[in-house]
Amino acid sequence: MTVPIKSPLPGVFYRKPAPDDPPYKADGDAVAVGDVIGLIEVMKSFHEVKSKIAGTNIRFEVDDADAVMAGQVLAELSE
Amino acid sequence: MAAKVVSPGLSTTVQDLGRPGYYHLGIPMGGAMDRLALKAANLLVGNDEGAAGLEAVFVGPELQFTADAVVAVTGADMPVMIDGVEQPGWTALAVTAGQVLSFDYLRSGARIYIAIAGGIDVPLALGSRSTYPIGALGGFNGRAIAADDELPIGVAPRSAKIGLSIPEALRRGPGSPAELRVVPGLYWDRLTEASHQSFFSDQWKVAPEADRMGYRFRGGASMQFVDREPPFGAGSDPSNIVDACYPYGSVQVPGGLEPIVLHRDAVSGGGYFMLGTVISADMDLIGQLQPNTPSRFVKIDMTAALEARKERAAIIDRIRAVASQ
Repeated sequence: MTVPIKSPLPGVFYRKPAPDDPPYKADGDAVAVGDVIGLIEVMKSFHEVKSKIAGTNIRFEVDDADAVMAGQVLAELSE
Repeated sequence: MAAKVVSPGLSTTVQDLGRPGYYHLGIPMGGAMDRLALKAANLLVGNDEGAAGLEAVFVGPELQFTADAVVAVTGADMPVMIDGVEQPGWTALAVTAGQVLSFDYLRSGARIYIAIAGGIDVPLALGSRSTYPIGALGGFNGRAIAADDELPIGVAPRSAKIGLSIPEALRRGPGSPAELRVVPGLYWDRLTEASHQSFFSDQWKVAPEADRMGYRFRGGASMQFVDREPPFGAGSDPSNIVDACYPYGSVQVPGGLEPIVLHRDAVSGGGYFMLGTVISADMDLIGQLQPNTPSRFVKIDMTAALEARKERAAIIDRIRAVASQ
């Protein structure tokens, strides 16, 4: 079964720590509790989105630099 | 009696109705961005409407109470939980000693106001308990609250009626698109006729940079300026002026690109032209706009602005009447 990782914040979602860096996680990667899966930019600062769950085969539901709302599903994990 | 901060949220600050009177010295008014919501929360718990509460943006804090308390949460739609059980917003809620107040994901709006009977009893700074974090002034040690802080709670002047609620008709959230009414003026004459039109006809979106200092919008056409000989000290950019005072609510457009509506923690002056002012009746609404919210500016005149102010005042009167039942 899959479980969602939701955005804690509204803002702009980034999958990479910097424009020229590789993404934190690629589709299919495993995720441990506390792993950063992306950044949300809001109010002139960037906030790490950390997974509260462990799982495998992450699938992103939003693209890099997409606008997101609080509670929106960013990715799904297989448990 | 205290409320212990288990987790602070994103940026949760102590706010009352602010410290007017120092703007000419560069100290902004500060205070709740959604004043009606803070007043309503205070009235529900038996506080004076200007008592200090918490303003939390996008993410609610987790607070544990050391004694029995009465709380009310108003403003944005963000489910309120006591020991994990959902409770209604805009309602006086009883919390018993040891219980934890927390929040689920934000559903709509941007800022919640948490009033606690007795108010948050931090020291006054220049007549206000509001936090101005950039100036490290007021609030809890001049900053947003942090985990393990213990927020002192005062004594309520009146007892609260548990379960008392503000009717939905008296609450206000942004429509879609959000509409902000503007009286053109100040340096309106700097813009061409085409920009006079496009500013009001274009659809804008709240930029993610929007904060307590100012709300930035993007997505509309760039402003076109009337040619001029730059006055002494104004600089060559057509959006620059000789430094002037910035009113609360004024709309500046640096470089003619992205309008910024100055809000409670704004700087008090500078060299950007302002095309007009968002009316006082709509400033609360700005505090409830999330990033990316589609927004438009609606042109009105002073008569209509004063009428809108009266309408807002009538709503506060009705909230006062509900709270004094």
